[in-house]
Amino acid sequence: MSLSDRIWAWANPRKFMALSGAILPWAWGLAALCLGVGLIWGFAFTPDDFRMGSSVKIIYVHVPTAFIAINAWFMMLLASLVWLVRRHHVSALAARAAAPVGLVMTVAALATGAIWGKPMWGTYWAWDPRLTSFLILALFYVGYIALWEAVESPDAAADLTSVLCLVGSVFAVLSRYAAQFWNQGLHQGASLSLDAEENVADVFWQPLVLTLVGFGALFVALVLQRTRTEIRVRRLHSLKARARAEAPA
Amino acid sequence: MIDLGKYAFDVWLAYAVSLGLVGGLVVQTVLRARAVKRRLGEAEE
Repeated sequence: MSLSDRIWAWANPRKFMALSGAILPWAWGLAALCLGVGLIWGFAFTPDDFRMGSSVKIIYVHVPTAFIAINAWFMMLLASLVWLVRRHHVSALAARAAAPVGLVMTVAALATGAIWGKPMWGTYWAWDPRLTSFLILALFYVGYIALWEAVESPDAAADLTSVLCLVGSVFAVLSRYAAQFWNQGLHQGASLSLDAEENVADVFWQPLVLTLVGFGALFVALVLQRTRTEIRVRRLHSLKARARAEAPA
Repeated sequence: MIDLGKYAFDVWLAYAVSLGLVGGLVVQTVLRARAVKRRLGEAEE
């Protein structure tokens, strides 16, 4: 069996349930550990910023939620492409499972950004490129979830939502790079970058990386858990349909 | 007690909102997972 065949074998629901069941406790544990340590470290044991004062502590919830909000959509895009090309049902269900997680992270990023914006910019909201593209991303999440609920046929719903996901990817990219593309507006550029010159100071950077890992692990745990639930719901529906078909008229 | 100065309300509010949203999602995810697993178990018996 080739490596490619071995990877695709995990798209089998039975194998996915076995693998995800083994990964889940580790993902939940890593998320709890990193978020517990990272958030307490960032909140209680980091100094105030010389310009932003103690409001800089909002970075430990704002940046990770924004990071997950954007990357959740890219994970959905990947899963949608797998569905469109290979027709693996688990990938379509994984994309569906990730959408509410992405929406909650987007709303959290928008809310914490607004709360941070008031003391720093003097306003909760501005039609800034990054803020606006993030708002549109949130609306795409809502539309994506609504489309899954609205279409009765699971395969048709997976097809339609996959196309919507492809279109929405434009706004996921814009959300990430809006500050650079337009080089205007209130929002700053990336807080973390592979280019060390752009990074925040080490004293803020270290707990921030820990919370990013924590939110990343939480995303993995939530998506795996919700995908397992979607697989079970699909199984439940097929059992009910079989029971109805076998019932005497 | 940590002294957050004049931004105390903003910092507490940001943490409360984000952790409330994420915590709610975790609780909803776990409760739905348990309920669906139980219903599937009953249906398979």
